[in-house]
Amino acid sequence: MAHEHKLEIFRGLWKFKSNTQKIWGVLAFLTFVTAIEVILGIYKPDFLMHTWISPIEGGFFATLVNIILSPFVYMKPLNLIFIILTIIKAYYITWDFMHMRDETKALRRMVVWTAVFLICYLIFILLQEGGYVYDVYFTQDPLIKRDF
Amino acid sequence: MDSTVASTGTEGRTWGGGNRPLKASYGKMMMWFFIVSDALTFSGFLAAYGFSRFKFIQEWPIADEVFTHVPFLHGQELPMIYVAFMTFILIMSSVTMVLAVDAGHHMNKAKVTLYLFLTIIGGAIFVGSQAWEWATFIQGDYGAVQTKGGNILQFGEYVTVDGKEKFKRISIDEFAVTTATERAQHGRNNGLWFVTEASLPPYTVNEIYEGLAANENILVRNQIINEDGEKTVLSREESLRQIKENGKLVVKGANLQVNEYGTALFADFFFFITGFHGFHVFSGVVINIIIFFNVILGTYERRGSYEMVEKVGLYWHFVDLVWVFVFTFFYLV
Repeated sequence: MAHEHKLEIFRGLWKFKSNTQKIWGVLAFLTFVTAIEVILGIYKPDFLMHTWISPIEGGFFATLVNIILSPFVYMKPLNLIFIILTIIKAYYITWDFMHMRDETKALRRMVVWTAVFLICYLIFILLQEGGYVYDVYFTQDPLIKRDF
Repeated sequence: MDSTVASTGTEGRTWGGGNRPLKASYGKMMMWFFIVSDALTFSGFLAAYGFSRFKFIQEWPIADEVFTHVPFLHGQELPMIYVAFMTFILIMSSVTMVLAVDAGHHMNKAKVTLYLFLTIIGGAIFVGSQAWEWATFIQGDYGAVQTKGGNILQFGEYVTVDGKEKFKRISIDEFAVTTATERAQHGRNNGLWFVTEASLPPYTVNEIYEGLAANENILVRNQIINEDGEKTVLSREESLRQIKENGKLVVKGANLQVNEYGTALFADFFFFITGFHGFHVFSGVVINIIIFFNVILGTYERRGSYEMVEKVGLYWHFVDLVWVFVFTFFYLV
């Protein structure tokens, strides 16, 4: 089977001579990303531990802006960095180790778009609901007492 | 015979038949679709974890305080190190797998054998590490008291490390006062013969209270996370009051019902998600072993293609991919 591999990553910034070399290159990159995650996870720099923007007060449009900017408004920058780095790692595992880069566009989209859409939906529903249940429990005068 | 449509007028077009528009074999495509559905299962679990965590966002255990152990380095608190090692092992075994696939494209039987073997070893190390992680988690280290409401109270004292005051956990074994107790484990020979009881907790709440009262330095902390992202430490009087009035059960380690690290849901999700992932790794290792023997026997050499290695490789990389997410959401975030 003659297989043609695309031998460049980072949109052509890093080119390789053979598929084997590309594998080691991707390993180096993934190890680097994991190392960053571990170092950040151990030291937890102070400036990444508090959100940079606090929720905007006001009417409907303020709420809308809060929703659009929710990763920055409601999430610690450190956690946002972790999630972005995870998605980057997932991309390179799928694209280079699972050879998604070499598959046809149609197959790639069938797999990736379906999964990404459904997962986003699932996460949205469940996290929204979890936040709501928290609000019900921890109002000023909750119906359910939990701390005893 | 016009009852079925035999000719659709699309002959010769991309999807008209006789073509392979996706340029992938049936087996490979089905492996991809299986992976999509399996990815949805895992996202279901992780999203459910997120749901429970958002529900208890103020009192969820801090992973860095739970997973601090490294084999052979007993008594040292080294958060992240061991999981980082496990992650690296799994990524490494992914690399050997993709090298095996690459060697398969070149019909190089010796190299495929070698790399598959290394992949199996990597997988085995990972599963073993996970078993160790589970054992450590189940055994627990400091112990805690569960309240009537199911909240967890832990013990510790303030110590000064490098000029900074730090709350250091203390194991219940260090201060509990053992007193003679009438309470015996209910065995099958007493009362209803078919009813038996799990082993008793190591101490009674009263023994813990006595020990706490005798040691002025020990304080109780509850699970509520304060503004500094740390668990709230109670005052001395409040500590004694909480244990006396609300303490119900002494907990050591974790299982599906109780969990000394915090809310029981944390342990449930830990067992379920890492267990399900570990089972995937285990089945991956088994499938790899089968393929390994097929390679040695020359099955794929005779077949003229090592595509089977590629398909199993896809599954193996997927397991690695899932771990990347489990790692983030269980240990980092």
